[in-house]
Amino acid sequence: MDNTNLQERLVQKFGEQIFGFEENFGILKLYADKNINLKIMQFLYDEEDLAFRFLTDLTAVHYPNQEGAELEVTYLMYNMYRNQHIRLNFGLDINQPDIFTATKLFETSNWLERECYDFYGVNFVGHPNLIRVMNVDEMDYHPLRKEFPLEDQTRRDKDDEMFGRGGDFSYGNMNIKG
Amino acid sequence: MGKVKSKKKGNINLPEGSLEKKTITLNLGPTHPATHGVFQNILEIDGEIIKSAVPTVGYIHRAFEKIAERRPLYQITPLTDRLNYCSAPLNNLGWHMTVEKFVGIEVPKRASYMRVIIMELARIADHIVCNSIMGVDTGAFTGFLYMMKYRELIYEIYEEICGSRLTTNIGRIGGFERDFTEAAWEKINKLVTEFPDVLTEFENLFVRNRIFMDRTQGVGGISAERALNYGFTGPNLRAAGVDYDVRIAKPYSRYDEFEFDIPVGTTGDCYDRFQVRGQEMWQSLSIIKQALAKIDALEGEEATLYHADAPDFYLPLKKDVYTKMEALIYHFKIIMGEVEMPVGEIYNSIEGANGELGYYLVSDGGRSPYRLHFRRPCFIYYQAYPELIVGGMISDAIITMSSLNLIAGELDA
Amino acid sequence: MIHNKRPVTHNTNVKVIDELPDGYQGEGFMAMQLSKVVGLARKNSIWPLPFATSCCGIEFMATMGSKYDLARFGSERLAFTPRQCDLLMVMGTISKKMAPVLKQVYIQMAEPRWVIAVGACASSGGIFDTYSVLQGIDEVIPVDVYVPGCPPRPEGIIEGVMRIQELVETESVRRRSSPEYQELLTSYGIK
Repeated sequence: MDNTNLQERLVQKFGEQIFGFEENFGILKLYADKNINLKIMQFLYDEEDLAFRFLTDLTAVHYPNQEGAELEVTYLMYNMYRNQHIRLNFGLDINQPDIFTATKLFETSNWLERECYDFYGVNFVGHPNLIRVMNVDEMDYHPLRKEFPLEDQTRRDKDDEMFGRGGDFSYGNMNIKG
Repeated sequence: MGKVKSKKKGNINLPEGSLEKKTITLNLGPTHPATHGVFQNILEIDGEIIKSAVPTVGYIHRAFEKIAERRPLYQITPLTDRLNYCSAPLNNLGWHMTVEKFVGIEVPKRASYMRVIIMELARIADHIVCNSIMGVDTGAFTGFLYMMKYRELIYEIYEEICGSRLTTNIGRIGGFERDFTEAAWEKINKLVTEFPDVLTEFENLFVRNRIFMDRTQGVGGISAERALNYGFTGPNLRAAGVDYDVRIAKPYSRYDEFEFDIPVGTTGDCYDRFQVRGQEMWQSLSIIKQALAKIDALEGEEATLYHADAPDFYLPLKKDVYTKMEALIYHFKIIMGEVEMPVGEIYNSIEGANGELGYYLVSDGGRSPYRLHFRRPCFIYYQAYPELIVGGMISDAIITMSSLNLIAGELDA
Repeated sequence: MIHNKRPVTHNTNVKVIDELPDGYQGEGFMAMQLSKVVGLARKNSIWPLPFATSCCGIEFMATMGSKYDLARFGSERLAFTPRQCDLLMVMGTISKKMAPVLKQVYIQMAEPRWVIAVGACASSGGIFDTYSVLQGIDEVIPVDVYVPGCPPRPEGIIEGVMRIQELVETESVRRRSSPEYQELLTSYGIK
């Protein structure tokens, strides 16, 4: 069951709901509609010849330029016997970032989803305890989104001009809106 | 007989319903001698038995992932140092290997073997701390003092190679910044000859010790199915019975040329974790000896290389920068970020001292990553902590925490 | 009657003789300033509270080990409770979530108390100039000695403790009730 067979099985089962496939350094990656995230994960878990029963990683990436799918939640599932990874990406609109939770399937995703919520504001529907995990509870913004700066703006003892960063936070890397 | 005074009530204000409650809420707070790092657990205890536990993390959140979006790739290495600071070289070399895989740099044999030596030394250093602190938590302080002497020797080896003891920032993308000195080789040989006796003595103190066995056997156990569901990796998973090791599954840095065993436990309790880590130290010593033999067996030009030929990423030597034109141009290109970076993403993982340490790098062609996420094993298996301690006593909770080897820097990145 | 078969030798190279402050001596008595005696006694028996949060805590463990022994300076008994210790050693990064806890621990300490900030993160935020890290613990508590380094070598931590010893030796016994000290505490919001 290598990556091409895996791709065929998934296309056979889900057809149009998967938008595209990619392969990066040996790991197959698929983009799909966010409403079927649990269905895909359950399918990969249950089928005997697929058997992806370990969740390695869960995180999100913010692409401010992709209208309608700014927040991309990504799951990395793993089959220990065949030593095969698969990556699932789901795009969420930034004004309503809802997606179903995977806590019933994998206990691993409990705190990983809380971390995603804390950093990006992704709302996992059905999570038992979706509160902030790393930052202080009183924080009212989601810090890892691209529009927020790294430094604490209320600090008095560090002079931005002397540190070589006056004003612009893009550091010559990419275009940030606003 | 004097007058009998009547007792006045009302001086102590108890919260509502607390006299009817059968359990006490105890805060095993962020500052506690037995928690090695800042974690908070709010326990509900009935006598000594724990009924429920709610852990809180984030007391040392330093926003590594956001800082990494600012820094060029070679400046992210000092950040990775501070993840699992007991075995900093592992994190550094894992990051370098991720970038090398992403860009397509091939590291020569000798540099790979040198990296293997450093990584296994870091693994030994981390397991020394974990096992001896487990001893301290059960009340046996002697083992800690004897083992720390050899940990100081490992620190001296790091100092000979990179200049720093703890936060090493070792190596460069493509190899090492300078060849190992004679003193470094001598110290590595000294460690390999003297450490086995000390490790045997340490094991004799603990492994068949009645008190230690009573304290740790049957405490904090987890079955293999639950461990896999929780995402355990590393020595904790191996103690539960699953032999998953990233060095065997996805070999990196020429680990497939080495021969070593993977120690595996049965019940996943604290005693098994102690044993697994102890045996892993023996395996690491054997890997270091094999690496030294392999380095001696190299001949010709291979026996002098310590870095890859990748002028776009490996900073040239200073004496060349001041004298040769090409070196000056490459130096400028690397520092000012004119190097072409590919667009794409990669997930690479190494066997850290606590489990699978993964680096998820998304690059948009600029000189700093677009997104860098660390898959931190400590954060993932700390979720299982309430399940491990519920039903046991408070002292068992302390032993379980120290046997899991929780490092605060890796927990909240 | 004790019969001494073994010749008794006295160690004349005793440290305290060099360090004894000057005063009037006579047969069977010695008179000197009380503050000097108190300072000498206090400086050689400081009980620290290691408030170790991250990497600097591991260097502190190495300092307490047998190679760089901190116990020779009188700090043999590490107390983890603020009620019983004199010196609060803050080692490691303090984040904004941890700052109220640190302040509470400082308030629970009894006078006289000293604070040493070990490492770059405790002194000024270190390399972490981010939204979640407190840029130096002197935003919440008054600090006596700062030890730079990332992490500082054990010799550096010992040098910091020796500077604290100098401060302890020369401190006036009236300092803690003076109005300047009260003003310092109120400027941090500590009563």
